[in-house]
Amino acid sequence: MDYVIEMLNIRKEFPGVVANDDITIQLKKGEIHALLGENGAGKSTLMNVLFGLYQPEQGEIRVKGEKANINGPNDANRLGIGMVHQHFMLVDTFSVTQNIILGSEPTSKGHINLRKAEKEIQELSDRYGLAVDPRAKIRDISVGMQQRVEILKTLYRGADVLILDEPTAVLTPQEIDELGDILKSLIAEGKSIILITHKLKEIMNMCDRCTVIRRGKGIGTVNVPDTTVDELASLMVGREVSFTTEKKPAEPKETVLEVKNLVVQDSRKVDMVKGLDLDIRAGEIVGIAGVDGNGQSELIEAITGLTKAQSGSIKLTGKDITNLSPRKVTESGIGHIPQDRHKFGLVLDFSVGENIALQTYYQNPNSKYGMLNFKNIYKKAGELVEQYDVRTSGLHATAGSMSGGNQQKAIIAREVDRSPNLLIAAQPTRGLDVGAIEFIHQKLIEERDKGKAVLLVSFELDEILDVSDRIVVMFDGKIVASRKPEETDENELGLLMAGSSSEKVGDTQ
Amino acid sequence: MMSNRMFNILVPIISVILGLIAGAFLMIGFGYNPIEGYGALLNGIFGDAYVFGETLRQVTPLILTGLAVAFAFRTGLFNIGAEGQVFIGWLAAVWVGLAIDAPAFIHIPLAVIAAAVAGALWGFIPGLLKATRGVHEVIVTIMMNYIALYSTNAVIRYVLTDSRDSTDTIPDSVSLRADWITTMTTGSRLHYGILIALFAALVMWVVINRTTMGYEMRSVGFNQHASRYAGMNVKKNIILAMVISGAFAGLAGAMEGLGTFGYMSTQSGFSNLGFDGIAVALLGANTAPGVILAAFLFGGLKIGALSMPLQAGVPNELVDIIIALIIFFVAASYMIRWVILRFSKEGRK
Ligand SMILES: Nc1ncnc2c1ncn2[C@@H]1O[C@H](COP(=O)(O)OP(=O)(O)OP(=O)(O)O)[C@@H](O)[C@H]1O
Ligand SMILES: [Mg+2]
Repeated sequence: MDYVIEMLNIRKEFPGVVANDDITIQLKKGEIHALLGENGAGKSTLMNVLFGLYQPEQGEIRVKGEKANINGPNDANRLGIGMVHQHFMLVDTFSVTQNIILGSEPTSKGHINLRKAEKEIQELSDRYGLAVDPRAKIRDISVGMQQRVEILKTLYRGADVLILDEPTAVLTPQEIDELGDILKSLIAEGKSIILITHKLKEIMNMCDRCTVIRRGKGIGTVNVPDTTVDELASLMVGREVSFTTEKKPAEPKETVLEVKNLVVQDSRKVDMVKGLDLDIRAGEIVGIAGVDGNGQSELIEAITGLTKAQSGSIKLTGKDITNLSPRKVTESGIGHIPQDRHKFGLVLDFSVGENIALQTYYQNPNSKYGMLNFKNIYKKAGELVEQYDVRTSGLHATAGSMSGGNQQKAIIAREVDRSPNLLIAAQPTRGLDVGAIEFIHQKLIEERDKGKAVLLVSFELDEILDVSDRIVVMFDGKIVASRKPEETDENELGLLMAGSSSEKVGDTQ
Repeated sequence: MMSNRMFNILVPIISVILGLIAGAFLMIGFGYNPIEGYGALLNGIFGDAYVFGETLRQVTPLILTGLAVAFAFRTGLFNIGAEGQVFIGWLAAVWVGLAIDAPAFIHIPLAVIAAAVAGALWGFIPGLLKATRGVHEVIVTIMMNYIALYSTNAVIRYVLTDSRDSTDTIPDSVSLRADWITTMTTGSRLHYGILIALFAALVMWVVINRTTMGYEMRSVGFNQHASRYAGMNVKKNIILAMVISGAFAGLAGAMEGLGTFGYMSTQSGFSNLGFDGIAVALLGANTAPGVILAAFLFGGLKIGALSMPLQAGVPNELVDIIIALIIFFVAASYMIRWVILRFSKEGRK
């Protein structure tokens, strides 16, 4: 059997944790190989070892049957290995082309030949159907496009083997389908791919084989056609996982959030929320379904005080909170799990403990008379880390050293623990493993049952249908329909999200 | 894997040793005996009460400017303006020293506070411009250095005196010097200011590491978006950080005005206290204890070097090069960091 890449008995330690313990993964030529494991299982670490970012303590890497010494990304590139990281590494203010050639600029007589590079990139993009504009600035293109730029970057450097670390976590359902097509065309051109994902359906749809790791240990490799979603899930977690969330019917009470005729602009001064009305009552979970970019982010930012509303009003338990500062909004009883965890949710250079105190550091018992009480801060952090099963290499380790999913869990622990009257959860389970998703959904429902209001924004209709007591569809800055989850399905929601007039599908609002 | 803390201690030490080795080769190359040379250097730092007193005297303002730069660093800001803040603080201290008549226990605190406030004001302006207009603090602080240099000269010449190049000497009631210290160190200019500097280091450590204020300023330095999300006032914290940083540098000016010199004269160029503060902060890994140690090293080298031409015959120019080499290696510590990482990787294979 010819393998393009073999990683044999790899071991990698960090201070306090063994991230990889005797893991073996073998990649066949022309296959899409899934790498599956819980949050913090060691997937990103293993791939960083392959990409030369970390040196393993033990084990051997073979490329096309020959033992390879990979000391850094440059070695990896030379061996035809390219990687798209979980969190992108692009320079915002540079163009697509500038980002792609960064570090391997084509020069003639000491000058960078941008024209030539642009042409090459255009050709590559056309060949694999990526539809990337080589001249666009990174900050002006969508996350999905940025990801394609990362893929192009690896292709430009001549990669035969592509490592994609949770590429679909940041994509909308449409973009995921498109990515699937791109991967197929890459395989058709003779590339091989390692794909990390938590979404079992994607593995079933896209992949040929799947290697499972659990808590740093290799569990084994299965042929995807011979397995089922349930088997994969239990292999990964080590127990049975339920996919639908158990819950009692909601008992909505008084109105908690009351949004009236709200207008919000984005940073370019374009109206994104256009006269929106929304009520959420105590004891219910309202899910907002919608295609990304229809004003969901702006709505949340206006409610939480991060952006000023142009007009309209927002009331929380009867009190006007329109355009209050974020601190005032938080104190009036709102919790916010932000969509972008690296931008808003965490200070990556702060320790895990300091991050968990991010909303409460100035309050008793975390501080008194302006002096921090680290004993209490770390005690509380320790409790939450335990309770929410956040896996870290220690409370004093930086948040940046946590795995992506565990960063998310830390934010959720911080926000849910305050038990706010209104909990806003934007993509709360993005990048989480199935076990963790189950747990987070239960937590949201628990809050509801305590009589709190929950606003859930998700691009995943499964999640919306599963968890919400009431679904509202947001399109072009407005709520265009309201449905009970048991009275609708993905098809109808999909149509509504695409803006087909709600009379046709029978509005109930 | 080496812990971060170990690393932060090891890197500066290796840098200094490498600098000394390079200096030794240089001396050999020019036909001087490095053992004699460094012997003279050590002698010039610790040799007798006088030189040791002078060393401590030199260390005092360096601790304060080092703290100023380190404090800004820890909050994500780069204060190149310590130089100007020193001048403004110096002027303010001397001015208050001359203008008021009061008993020492009022006069000294008043003059010291005036220096801190003046330095803080000089930090406030770049802080304000950064927070409200997004102007980079490096550019503004450099400009503010020149404004400070020439406006202090103008004030000395036309406000505090009648076209003279130096102010009067401050009265005893506001001087930080003490007879017993001068006698003990056989005539050095050492003064009480060293205690103020050490206390300031304690303040910096507490503020940065232990207060909610420091937590906010560090948070804003790392990630403004997350800080806003957490309800912090980003603008206020940027300004506050520059103000505190400036206050430390202003205090360094008070050390010169109320301690070392007892007056202020017009300057033809920068004192370098502020620029050396950058190197001190870098070498001290931007922590308060690190800054104290680094200031000792820098102050020591400065004063000790004075003995090298006399005692070992090493010419002044060469001494300056050796000092510069050590600073170079310190500044290049990122390179040393990289080499260590590289080696600890190789060792594992
Ligand atoms: N640079 C680092 N320093 C210390 N510990 C680290 C570092 N990087 C990862 N870890 C630890 O190693 C373990 C594995 O992390 P890794 O990022 O590989 O997980 P993962 O499988 O990619 O998880 P996720 O699905 O959440 O992204 C975690 O416990 C993490 O805290
Ligand atoms: Mg990961």
